[in-house]
Amino acid sequence: MNITWYLVISAFLFAIGAGGVLIRRNPLVILLCLELMLNAANLAFIAFSRMHGNGDGQIMAIVVLVVAACEVTVGLGIIVAMYRRRLPTDVDELRELHG
Amino acid sequence: MAEVFFFIAAFGALAGAIGVIWDWNPFYNVLSLVGHLLSLAALFLLLRSEFIAAAQVVVYAGAVMVLYVFVVAYIGGEEPHVRPLGPSLKWISILFVGVVLVELVIALAGTGLKALDTEGAAFDPAFGTPGQIGELLLTKFLLAFELASILLTLAAVGAVVLARRRKGVGIEDNESEVYSVMDALRPAGTGTMKEAVSGIPQVHPREDERAEIGAGGEKERGW
Repeated sequence: MNITWYLVISAFLFAIGAGGVLIRRNPLVILLCLELMLNAANLAFIAFSRMHGNGDGQIMAIVVLVVAACEVTVGLGIIVAMYRRRLPTDVDELRELHG
Repeated sequence: MAEVFFFIAAFGALAGAIGVIWDWNPFYNVLSLVGHLLSLAALFLLLRSEFIAAAQVVVYAGAVMVLYVFVVAYIGGEEPHVRPLGPSLKWISILFVGVVLVELVIALAGTGLKALDTEGAAFDPAFGTPGQIGELLLTKFLLAFELASILLTLAAVGAVVLARRRKGVGIEDNESEVYSVMDALRPAGTGTMKEAVSGIPQVHPREDERAEIGAGGEKERGW
């Protein structure tokens, strides 16, 4: 398969993830959509890595994996804290940053 | 044969992605993401990145998704009252997504890179093996490797701080956070910075003290 196919799939996945962030309002689902976008970027990195026959893109994908894991941990911590304090779970109502 | 596997995996990845943004129970969203990640791992395998594919399955589809499932199970009891998106906003979002998609496809596929229309570089048996990844991580990308470990530590500590059980606002804690031997010797309320500023503060009695003042019907006392 040509590398272009993988890149087009990656673009589709990123667009779906971006659409999810815009359309959904549940913070948990928005985190999932962020995962989609990060994974789309990962696919593009690995496709380019394959294209050049060079391992650097794969290292980048691993770094993205680490960042995604950190984002999940902190994001889920915030969501659990939100539910504990009975804050509204609609991201449009959570406008203020003060604790 | 690779084409067949590619289309199966690509279809699975796209269907999983649509399942993630579909408006249903968040539990199904998480399960869709697991399917999406497994399909993506198959795509990585087709690109000969076996280590990343294995890490994707073990770390992502395994550990991270278990975390998600636990959180959904923890908070799933209460249905979040989420206002539905207005139709105009929804169409604007979809239009925006379409624009992003077209732009991405132009940016990725329209670069004019000659190698885009090939199947990639010549086959190299060492490509994508754990050995190659490990060598790169510990030589060329050592700084990124160390920074990633620091980032992981920070995220773990931050998550614990964020999600720990706090005492609610307005409920004052009766026990001091730090204990020292002198606490047993000095009268309650003395020996603090607050006493230096404003005299002996009102303190709440501890459990054992409350028993002895309980007879007097006194809720609080000076010291």
